[in-house]
Formats: sequence, structure tokens, C-alpha cells
Amino acid sequence: MPKITYISHEGKKNTVEVASGLTVMEGAIQNNIEGIDADCGGSMACATCHVYVSDQWFNKLEKIQDAEQDMLDMAYEPKKNSRLSCQIILTDELDGLEVTTPEKQT
Amino acid sequence: MIKTDAIIIGAGPTGLFAVHQLGIIGLKCEVIDNLDRAGGQCIELYPDKPIYDIPAIPECTGEELTKGLLKQIEPFKTNFHLGQRVDEVKQEKDFWIVKTNKGNIFSAPNVIIAGGVGSFEPRKLSLKEAEQFEDKQIFYSVTNKNLFKDKNISIFGGGDSALDWALELSKNNQITLIHRRDEFRGAAHTLSQIKKLEKDGKIKIKTPFNLKSIEGENNMTAIIIATEDGKEEKIKTDYILSFFGLIMKLGPIADWGLNIEKKTIPVNTENFQTNKEGIFAIGDICTYPGKLKLILSGFHEAALAARACFKRAKPNETYRFEFTTASKNIQERLGKK
Repeated sequence: MPKITYISHEGKKNTVEVASGLTVMEGAIQNNIEGIDADCGGSMACATCHVYVSDQWFNKLEKIQDAEQDMLDMAYEPKKNSRLSCQIILTDELDGLEVTTPEKQT
Repeated sequence: MIKTDAIIIGAGPTGLFAVHQLGIIGLKCEVIDNLDRAGGQCIELYPDKPIYDIPAIPECTGEELTKGLLKQIEPFKTNFHLGQRVDEVKQEKDFWIVKTNKGNIFSAPNVIIAGGVGSFEPRKLSLKEAEQFEDKQIFYSVTNKNLFKDKNISIFGGGDSALDWALELSKNNQITLIHRRDEFRGAAHTLSQIKKLEKDGKIKIKTPFNLKSIEGENNMTAIIIATEDGKEEKIKTDYILSFFGLIMKLGPIADWGLNIEKKTIPVNTENFQTNKEGIFAIGDICTYPGKLKLILSGFHEAALAARACFKRAKPNETYRFEFTTASKNIQERLGKK
């Protein structure tokens, strides 16, 4: 199972194992990770599971789709390395992935 | 005070189908929603997006689904109280007294909360100092167009609201349209109109910029926008219009004495009742082992909650399960024959 590290905006790290096939958002919800709200439940309709992904990992992820990019416009302080964690599906290749949550989601 | 059999909070798909399920078993209800139209998330978040998992409807949009549900409940002539938020739910003997922020008061033995993830509110600018200018020089929706004449207006956002208002207000004002990336997601024909106005010098477009700070103590005079690489620009600004869509907030629901678990309300799956007798929760707002946040789950939950409402609404009558295909009672209620 890939290990995912969720880093809070204050720098607190939380590493958990999340099954391949689940999303980074689901991994956070299942493990009670703070900082990811996921109000819409993963339908790419709310931008409250927004995370920042470091360059090193950003390019290893599947390319961002237009609909996700559009939704990120709504997110709290989006940056170039922003993603919606509900759209990052975990694979064994993503073992070690680190994502940082923004100061808040809304 | 309006008396009824059940008060439905939330006019999304689940709330609308609850009207139907109450209606066919002969119960009256009143529907309250914070938005100014029915449809909930379907109409606010994805009116044009396709839904593929409504049984027997291979494909429909959020708007089409809402229209269909409204048509289905037409025979019951249910009252909708839109544009108002329920602020208070209080017990009075066997009844629940529900008050809205517009001063409407309802009384019923049953309350069905079909509130989705709470009420929708505009997403605000992240900058802290923006708060003090809100409703004075910073707006998240336009209610009075006349305010804007011969002004410098900075509009934030990349969707239809931002583009439409940029276009509309450019007739009488100096507009700067600011967006975090070069691509806009609003309608292509609006964007081409705006690009033309940009060429003519009537609209300025600034991308990829975000708001960095506001200048002016009590009166905003200018804003500083910045790119991620640190490039800054100062824009003379009398008004900011910001269009970053809607967020959902649980709001006052949290204060009604209900158990709340991660912004959802635990229910039993026999009748979707909460920890308070006579208050039910259905749709995205309820939780139980195995809960799926699907519209179709909401429909099922509505059907069971409606039956449970019967006992409290008509304690001296016996509820008898009937099929719509065979029941004369139901067909009469639906206005058939």
C-alpha cells in the first residue's frame, strides 16, 4: 500500500497507508486528516479538498483535466502546483507522495 | 404560524422527492430553502453537467433532474419558502417549531432535514483586510447595478459571472478583469467580446494574477495584484467584484441539539430519524454505516422517512402500504381520474 504524507500548512506531517485505487481525498477522510473538507464527496464540484503537490511529485501525477483546473479557480489560494485531492488516484508508483493542505479550504 | 404535517428543510433532489413521498401517503408539507430556487446542488453546482446514475434515466443534467422532480410533485401544490434560512428548530410538546431568518414560523410534528452539506454562501476573498470593505467596496454578487458608474472596478474570477459582469459594467466603467491563470472557463463568445473590448482599450485583462493587498485605510483606493513569481501591479480600484463560486456551510443546523459527526447527522436506517424524535435527516447530510452520497440513496431515504412521518402526523390512523399502480387513494392524490 502506498504511503502518503499529508503536511498541514503549519508543517505538521502525518503519514498514513492508503490502498492503491483510492484517492488522496479518500485517504484523508478515512484517516481523519485535518485540512481536507471534501464537501461534495468527490464529484469535483466544491474545491474543498484542495492540496499543493511539490514539483517533484506534481509531474508524476496524471495530467490535470480542464474540469479540475476550472474548479481550482474557486479554491482557497490556488497556485501552479494545486490539485484537487479527489482527482489524484493512488497507485503503487505514488508511494511516498507528499501533499500540503492550504491554510483553510473555504 | 403555518401548521403542517412535515417541514422539509432543503429543496434539493432529496427534499423534492420527500415532498412526493409524503404527498402520495396523504401528508402535507412545507419546503424551506436558503437559495432562491429549488434544486440544491444539482442546480447550483452542476446544472449543465450530465448525471448518469438515476435509475431509468440514462443521462440528464442537474437542471433537467430538478425540473422532472418539480413536475412530479405538481399535484401536491406544495408551498416553497425560498431565499430564507432556517435559523431555529425548537420543541414544543409533540411539535417542532421552525423559524426562518425572514420571520416565518412553522409548526409540525415532523421535520425532514434534506440540507445537503448546509447552505450555500459565496466564497470570499482570502485576504483578511477584505472583510472590512465587504458590502461597501467589495461585493460577491451584484444587487444594485446603479452603484457602478464611472468607477474603477476590479473583477476577480474566470467563470461566467466574472465575464458577464465585466462585459455589462464595461459600458459605464473602467474594468480590470483579474484571473489566476491565462485560461478563462466562462462562455467562449463572452470571452471573445471581452478580448475585443480589451483591444479597444475598454477592458484590461490581468493574468495570471491574484489579489495581494488593498490600499487605503477606511476607503479602498487601489489594490496590489501579484503573480506567483512575485511580479506586482497596482490597480486603481473603487470597487472589487469577486466571483469564486459558492461554498457550503452547515450553519445553524449545528445548534439544534442534533448529534453531528463530521458535518453530517447520524441516523438509524430504519426510518432515518436523528437522535431527536420527529426530526429526520436524508440525503447528503445524513450518515450511517455504508452511506453513499448518491441522489438515488437520497430517494430511498426520503421514502422511508416519509412513512415514519405518518405515525406522528396521524397518530390515530393506521398506515397501510400501497403501490402507486394499484392504489385509488394515491391516484386521487396525484389527480388521476
